Amino acid sequence: MADTNEGTTRRDFIHVASATAGALGVACVAWPFIDQMNPAADTLALSSTEFDVSGVEEGMAVTIVWRGKPVFIRHRTQKEIQEATEVKLDDLPDPQVDSDRTTRPEMLVLLGVCTHLGCVPLGQSATDPKGEWGGWFCPCHGSHYDTSGRIRKGPAPTNLAVPPYKYISDSVIKIG
Amino acid sequence: MSEPKFNNSLIRWIDHRLPIFTFMHHEMHEYPTPKNLNYWWNFGSLAGIVLVIMIMSGIVLAMHYTAHVDHAFQSVERIMRDVNYGWLVRYIHANGASFFFIVVYIHIFRGLYYGSYKAPRELLWMLGVVILILMMATAFMGYVLPWGQMSFWGATVITNLFSAIPLVGESIVTLLWGGFSVDNPTLNRFYALHYLLPFVIVGVVVLHIVALHRFGSNNPLGIDVRGNQDTISFHPYYTVKDAFGLGVFLILLSAVVFFLPNSMGHPDNYIPANPMVTPAHIVPEWYFLPFYAILRAIPDKLFGVLAMFAAIGVLFILPWLDRSPVRSATFRPIYKVMFWVFLFDCVALTWLGAKPAEGIYVILSRLFTAYYFFHFLILLPALSIFETPRSLPKSIGKPVLGGGGAAMAAAPAAPRERS
Ligand code: HEM
Ligand code: FES
Repeated sequence: MADTNEGTTRRDFIHVASATAGALGVACVAWPFIDQMNPAADTLALSSTEFDVSGVEEGMAVTIVWRGKPVFIRHRTQKEIQEATEVKLDDLPDPQVDSDRTTRPEMLVLLGVCTHLGCVPLGQSATDPKGEWGGWFCPCHGSHYDTSGRIRKGPAPTNLAVPPYKYISDSVIKIG
Repeated sequence: MSEPKFNNSLIRWIDHRLPIFTFMHHEMHEYPTPKNLNYWWNFGSLAGIVLVIMIMSGIVLAMHYTAHVDHAFQSVERIMRDVNYGWLVRYIHANGASFFFIVVYIHIFRGLYYGSYKAPRELLWMLGVVILILMMATAFMGYVLPWGQMSFWGATVITNLFSAIPLVGESIVTLLWGGFSVDNPTLNRFYALHYLLPFVIVGVVVLHIVALHRFGSNNPLGIDVRGNQDTISFHPYYTVKDAFGLGVFLILLSAVVFFLPNSMGHPDNYIPANPMVTPAHIVPEWYFLPFYAILRAIPDKLFGVLAMFAAIGVLFILPWLDRSPVRSATFRPIYKVMFWVFLFDCVALTWLGAKPAEGIYVILSRLFTAYYFFHFLILLPALSIFETPRSLPKSIGKPVLGGGGAAMAAAPAAPRERS
């Protein structure tokens, strides 16, 4: 063995080099084993839904399914829109103006999934509790959402999400 | 250490080539055990037996269960109604899980009372905490399999805990689900892991026992074994005592399996999973309630999740938080009181975890959560400094034999060489 001055040998180099190559190899093989858990191609393919909103009368709300999750469609009353637009941004834990959350102010489209831990908030049917701000109330750990689906009180950190959607005709929306 | 003599020549032949009989003789027969163990020492071997019961009943269920969102609920109902004795095996498995936690929680509080986590048993204790975490993961995923409302929403809420992690949280949740919500891919992987993890637990239990047999059991006095006069052999003394405890346990388990089989479960889990409607009041299984109460006590999502994991994680560092050299609470006048206060705190958190998160319950949850961490992080380190322990007995033999047995105690006093 040819010793260098510092006391390191060629053998040390071979040890380090082979351990590094081995670790790299393991890391490369690990990725397919992790990524297989992500959504498969057919799961990803099911990712858009169309819905005709003309049947949703003012004051009414319906729940549809998109990617296995509930989507809330609420035809808001004039009073609800007013409440949603008049609130001061400083009063909101996750400040966002109402107009950024809608395409048409009367038709609110939201992902019906509480941003805390994923329960479906109540407030879609007439008899449901709607929380202190007249929007939705999540019974799981007590989050209150306003008439724009913004978080006002409770453990949820952010507003109810707005799914990507657009009007593909006058009355039909395509989600996803 | 004496070499065992086997009368049967076949056993001798095998043992010469594969010394498993000698091994079993050393570890389960002659294994010297403190002679003063009380009934709280029954729960370790009991936990091991319950693990075997869970694996046996689980394999039977697996022969009839279908892990698909369209069939899972039906297949469990079929086990209950049509499969021969399916109802019995399922009730053993479902209630067995609850009893497993009862046994293990008692086992843990035994360790807390008698200071069994202290040197030289720190790794033994930490392996125990690993077993607890694996058990929780296994039970959580098992509860998802029948695909009822509580299965589905429990899975949703618990997997969503990971979304609290900054930046990568959402991707981790998608990775866990294999989709955009808890769905068929989730059920499939939970089933695969629910089948696997119990065997991982078996592996860690083996390590737990290897670590135990290095220094032997702690004992109610918490002092070290000084020699032969302090121990008795495991067989027949503790095998028979453990068998008696097992008998009592099986009577209790049978009473619940046959007469109150659904008392520890939630009725909503007999409603098939519906991803569109969350039940009005979702609660996890009772054994998760204290941790659930801690999660909800904190109004911030990320910190709530961190506190919940920290509540278990703090057990790992317990041997370094409690620096008092005295193990048993019997000789620690203040710790003895604080132990019971802490137990009360845990029971209170369990109760609060089942209450709705509003009004007075939130305030109480916060108080009891704060006390939980106060106990570990402030009280225990402080007690190690300020508490004056009572004087310890000289040996395990001493308080038992007293003056009269002095001659006996003096006889074989040579310290035992442990394998
Ligand atoms: C550490 C040991 C285990 C624990 C704590 C555990 C826990 C559970 C729990 C809580 C359930 C839900 C019971 C219900 O409410 O219906 C369950 C279901 C199930 N487990 Fe396990 N289990 C364990 C081991 C096993 C093993 C080793 C297998 C398979 C080899 C297995 C197979 C099943 C099956 C097929 C179900 C679904 C049927 C049902 O829900 O009754 N389990 N388990
Ligand atoms: S999931 Fe809605 S408040 Fe927790």
